Amino acid sequence: MLNRRGLLRGLGAIGCSAAAHPFLTSITLAGTAGGRSLGEGRLVVIILRGGLDGLDMVQPTGDAALALLRPSLVQAERIDLDGFFGMHAGLSGLHPLWQAGEMAFVHATSTPYRDKRSHFAGQDLLEAGTGGDVPIDQVRDGWLNRLLQVVPGLVTETAFAVGHQEMRILRGPAEVRQWSPETQMDLSPQARLLLEQVYHDDPLFQAAIVEALALSEDDTMMAGRQNGGGKSGEVDRIADFVADRLRQETRIAAFSLGGWDTHKRQGKTLGGALSRLERVILRLRGQLGTDVWGKTTVLAMTEFGRTVAENGSGGTDHGTAGAMLVAGGAIRGGKVYGQWPGLAEADLFGRRDLMPTSDVRGWAAHAMRGLYGLDVGLLETSVFPGLQMGDNPGLIL
Amino acid sequence: MTPSASLVAFRYGYGLPLAAGAPAHVVDMLAALAGPDQMAIRFPIVTQSWLSGRAQALTGAKKRMKFDPAAQAEFDAITAEVKAATDAALRATLARAIDTADGFRERLVAFWADHFTVAAFGQENGASSYTFVEDAIRPHLNGPFADLLIAATRHPAMLAFLDQTRSVGPTSASGLKKGLGLNENFARELLELHTLGISAAYSQTDVRQLAELLTGLAYDDRRGAYFDARRAEPGAETVLGKTYAGRGEAPVLQVLTDLAHHPETARHMARKLAVHFLSDTPDPAAVDAMAQAWIDSGGDLSKVYSALLSHPAAWAETLAKARQPFDFITAAFKALGLTGADVLAMPEKLFKACVIQALHDMGQRWKAPPGPDGWPEDIATWITPQGMTRRIDWAMRWPAQLTPKLPHPTSLAQRALGDRASPTLLWAAERAENLAEGVGIVLAAPEFNRR
Repeated sequence: MLNRRGLLRGLGAIGCSAAAHPFLTSITLAGTAGGRSLGEGRLVVIILRGGLDGLDMVQPTGDAALALLRPSLVQAERIDLDGFFGMHAGLSGLHPLWQAGEMAFVHATSTPYRDKRSHFAGQDLLEAGTGGDVPIDQVRDGWLNRLLQVVPGLVTETAFAVGHQEMRILRGPAEVRQWSPETQMDLSPQARLLLEQVYHDDPLFQAAIVEALALSEDDTMMAGRQNGGGKSGEVDRIADFVADRLRQETRIAAFSLGGWDTHKRQGKTLGGALSRLERVILRLRGQLGTDVWGKTTVLAMTEFGRTVAENGSGGTDHGTAGAMLVAGGAIRGGKVYGQWPGLAEADLFGRRDLMPTSDVRGWAAHAMRGLYGLDVGLLETSVFPGLQMGDNPGLIL
Repeated sequence: MTPSASLVAFRYGYGLPLAAGAPAHVVDMLAALAGPDQMAIRFPIVTQSWLSGRAQALTGAKKRMKFDPAAQAEFDAITAEVKAATDAALRATLARAIDTADGFRERLVAFWADHFTVAAFGQENGASSYTFVEDAIRPHLNGPFADLLIAATRHPAMLAFLDQTRSVGPTSASGLKKGLGLNENFARELLELHTLGISAAYSQTDVRQLAELLTGLAYDDRRGAYFDARRAEPGAETVLGKTYAGRGEAPVLQVLTDLAHHPETARHMARKLAVHFLSDTPDPAAVDAMAQAWIDSGGDLSKVYSALLSHPAAWAETLAKARQPFDFITAAFKALGLTGADVLAMPEKLFKACVIQALHDMGQRWKAPPGPDGWPEDIATWITPQGMTRRIDWAMRWPAQLTPKLPHPTSLAQRALGDRASPTLLWAAERAENLAEGVGIVLAAPEFNRR
């Protein structure tokens, strides 16, 4: 029998182009002619929008409190890192990098933002900003813009990953904003969850959206999408684009990945987001080639971590400290950096969140200093105002 | 009475925020409607006299092509000029809806343009679907319905759309000479859609007789609207029991005037207005009040609007209708702080993607409604899985491209929804994992998609 869903699918696979653009990102790039004033180091900053659960990505399995706080989230199939921490299985493809000293984590780190736990305010502190090529009224402030004041001859540009058009390589300011990868993706878990709530009390809208979401979740559709390049294609295009630029004169690239706001069914949803992150990193490594990868540092950071205890729906809520993933041939990897604060109730921030023991911006600042020899004073005042960098943690080789 | 600003904005306009100087009381809404059409001046759209001039020039260039090498370039230039004017007209239509303080006027223009649907065929006629609105609809919005009906009936876009250009009196001079006859299409739609309504008591004979009456209606790019006696069926015709005799256009204007005043037309149109503005199942008392005002005033539309806005059902709290895709995009532009000038200045590629293609995707291909009965009215037609998928997609995708800095979702909700933002929506807007999704959730919410 041709039911309604079958019919809708027959009508041109609406679910495929389905709802929305959750991983909306802009890519900000910076470089100088011939890479002269910055040297050869490459820095890729990936903002994980939505609040990555650092305690799930890098599980402190040696801390007895973990299993009690997170009965359904602690998985058996994690990959042991150092006897105390275990890595989420969604990143298993990165284990060879860990073993080769090309990947590290920083735990219990966060932005200086506290208490309100708003995504937007938290993300503001990590914002790279736009390049100088966009119209003046569209320039947004961020650390990459502020770097312009510090590095002579630095040029920034922005590519927006939006739209239906074929991907185009940047040729000049006029075309910069036309670049766009595939946009056929479904909603982020959090947007889906929130929309379900927003439509919940309006029966007409609710019925429509339940069907639309069911359609976009359809397994056969997902398979088709992957064959068609959809989600993984998107990630590949971002990585390929960034790698292509980094092989040339670009030295710093910043973009974001979404899908981290795992309030519900985290066991099912976080793995997908981590796999995308893994894919970006592996793809970058492959596309950059041994030589450039050897000079590269990738920092994947998020606006805040999540609650230490799991919530009532198999997920976690907005917290404070989390974890950062670091990769690249330019780093001293195979190590979980950062001072571990512990999970005992007295050790938590506000008795619910992992206590921050470092400022996530400090790791980025040290990476910039290590890669480009930038002055500490400038980094603390101009690039990341108010930051106290402290001692060099030795992350960069 | 003083209704809430959000009801004025949603039910009778293109949403919040209301422009400076927007009327807040019913009496002011009606007064604004009676005043000058300021948006038509601020964002001009071409009229039929301009288009006819271009059409004549086009014909001239075509004739000269055989021997004049420059004629082809001239032809192409005129074609491009008309195309540009047509493209500009959609932008101006949007700009008017965004900038106006008199939202009720723009909504009524849309209502009547839809009531008297003329769909676009090809470039030149594409432009005429705009000149139709400028010439026939806008100037006659607030006066006697008979004037509006006559202007719409005589307009070349309507004559072409409903095949009147093909209808010839069988025993007229032209009919006899060329063996041509009637085309009933226009007469039927005139009774069924434009005036009496399908449930009224009229017969096939009335349709036929009206078709004979209409046969002289003609339009020429040089002369404008005129009565072509050579095509007009000779003799008197009887429509709804009344006999129309006489020479020239006078009997046609008389039958249109009678139809405009007819009690069935009053009921049909009162109900249609109520269905459009209030609910798919409007309060019968409101419909009765409007129909009575129609009958008492001889179809004075200003009196009918007054009866609508004075009825308590006009200010019911529940928004029972859906914003159609054009309304959705217009309201989203307004909510994001775009102005009419921004719409005019928008890069072509962006405008095509986020307006023209988006309207198409959401099920409202611009100027191409499914039939002469215009766009469907019922909320269930618009709020579907496919439709909502497209709206969510739009809401998450385009705002970041349209505004230099995305608003905070909560302040957007307050700005665009006023007191209509539900606690659940405000809760959700605050919890989206990034600004783009937060903005998307606000624009995709039921509160934003109802009117």
